Amino acid sequence: MADTNTAKTSMHPTEVEGIAREPLVLNNRSLGWITDRICGIVENRQPFIWWVLFVPSVALFSCLLFTLVYLVSTGVGVWGNNQPVAWGWAIVNFVFWIGIGHAGTLISAILFLTRQKWRTSVNRASEAMTLIAVMCAGIYPGFHVGRFWMVWFLAPIPNANGIWQNFKSPLLWDVFAVSTYFTVSVIFWYIGLIPDLATLRDRAKKKVPKFLYGFFALGWRGGNRHWRHYEMAYLLLAALSTPLVLSVHSVVSFDFATSVVPGWHTTIFPPYFVAGAVFGGFAMVLTLMLPVRKLYGLEDMITHKHVDNMTKIILLTGTIVGYAYIMELFISYYGANKYETDAFHIRILSGPYTWAYYCMFFCNVIAPQIFWMKWARHNLWVVFIVVNFVNIGMWFERFVIIPTSIARDFLPGQWGYYSPSWVEKLMFLGTFGMFMMLFLLFIRFLPVIAASEVKGVLPESDPHYPEWKKLREKRRQSER
Amino acid sequence: MSDSSVSSKNLFGYVAEFANATDLYHAAEKMRDGGFRRWDVHTPYPVHGMDHAMGLGKSWLSAIVLGGGVTGFSIALFMQFFTQVALYPTIVQDKPTNLFTVPAFFPVTFELTILLSGFATVFGLLGIMMLPRWNHPLFNSKLFSKFSDDGFIMVIEARDPKFKRERTREFLEEIGAEKIEEVAY
Repeated sequence: MADTNTAKTSMHPTEVEGIAREPLVLNNRSLGWITDRICGIVENRQPFIWWVLFVPSVALFSCLLFTLVYLVSTGVGVWGNNQPVAWGWAIVNFVFWIGIGHAGTLISAILFLTRQKWRTSVNRASEAMTLIAVMCAGIYPGFHVGRFWMVWFLAPIPNANGIWQNFKSPLLWDVFAVSTYFTVSVIFWYIGLIPDLATLRDRAKKKVPKFLYGFFALGWRGGNRHWRHYEMAYLLLAALSTPLVLSVHSVVSFDFATSVVPGWHTTIFPPYFVAGAVFGGFAMVLTLMLPVRKLYGLEDMITHKHVDNMTKIILLTGTIVGYAYIMELFISYYGANKYETDAFHIRILSGPYTWAYYCMFFCNVIAPQIFWMKWARHNLWVVFIVVNFVNIGMWFERFVIIPTSIARDFLPGQWGYYSPSWVEKLMFLGTFGMFMMLFLLFIRFLPVIAASEVKGVLPESDPHYPEWKKLREKRRQSER
Repeated sequence: MSDSSVSSKNLFGYVAEFANATDLYHAAEKMRDGGFRRWDVHTPYPVHGMDHAMGLGKSWLSAIVLGGGVTGFSIALFMQFFTQVALYPTIVQDKPTNLFTVPAFFPVTFELTILLSGFATVFGLLGIMMLPRWNHPLFNSKLFSKFSDDGFIMVIEARDPKFKRERTREFLEEIGAEKIEEVAY
């Protein structure tokens, strides 16, 4: 990492004329400006719109609490799922939220390993989004077990009869995958926060914030003897999170793929789910970051280049998802398994949920194709509308996979129709309230951009910057 | 606390500020060549190549993390094999309860490997850095606190065997320090 040779060969394409790249931070901002701008969000009063969003979010969150209390005190039957559709909105929403989390880890881990420096100004908020989304996701399977107070049965300890969990079951794999994912994401996020918490500590004027930021900054002193281990820790966590994030949605897809239900029992599920998760997650990152950058004046750090890159990833993963949809159809035809063929016939032509399939297909495959055009990637309104199509489409994808497959399985006598109850609907709205509320609190109390990382990607942050500058001047003179 | 009234007995060391990363980088090279041991540079972000300039090697945190990973891997395999095959064989989903059950144990093994590696990373890191440490003489210095904003700070401790109160101050000025402050314990 810290090799002077690599420093000389790989730095500053901005300095090489002809292949000049857009700078990551615009308008030649200084280190102090970055600190002021990022810490200012936490230190100053929040804009009025923050309250306009926060109050309804809290109201929706209380709806969530109400529905949960109602559910526990009455029974899980208040949800609309029953035989044959035992996995209704609860599991749809679980997969939806957990998928959203994946973009945060992709930005923080995979883009770190691939040395994509533009990640620095979006990774903090996306990781926070990941954590909050996983919290929202966790609510559903937790309560879907029926008796919430027995949820400790999921932990690897024998129950009262000395019987252990079935470690061969994908549902138990899911418990391990999701809890590991959450824990490692918290660690990754917190380690990244430490230097910025120290900045807030050093700037805090009042006693209570100074104490709290100081407490969580753990006495960070920014010494290079610390930084070198810190950077190694960050690299290792990125290397651990990369296979982890791929495994989580793969394991989630095993819940379906290892069953015998036609429409679920396919080998394409793990890559298809992972691509979908990244796709939907990036859409949610943009949904959150476009307003944030505007409201808090972060346009110099979250530039058009960032939006452009993210929309390109959405285009790529959206196209992969589209490929998976079409490949599923092709295999159901080519595989010549009549249950499989019927399942997809029902899904796209004759079933009760075909509208959901086409809604999904339009939102996920057709709508993002507009990002082939540069003007669309640069018009933030277009971006905002399309990413919201993606948010909706990805919810429908899970809906299409889950209820439509089990509403029509092997025996027509077992067929049924599923529609959600008011409790499920209110609960889903409630998780949005929780998501928004926690994200707004994150903006209010923690640095929304990783200041220490953004400072590191400025061209003049490189100790060899003057040498590069001289080289450039020399070349200019010789050209004259 | 930067007044000259600090006696040499309770002198923690010097805090020196440099103009930018480049100056600090070259100063660090000179400190390294000067043979100082108890010194460090404090920067708002990790300066690229500074490990080399300071003469520091590669971090050995990865060894701890490997240990964590191996522990997680072994615990997971043992826990699953022992409970599912040896202790209480549950025959479900027509899956065998013998050595051939092991593939079904892969996901949990993988997740626990990652989980314990993650714990090893964070606790290993804090252990190596000797953090949390909320009280430190350096926090007494106003100049030092600039490190978290835009300051490029070098600290040399009086405990360093080569530290001489006058000589070291002159040396710091020679290598380009713009401001120098004494810090007391």
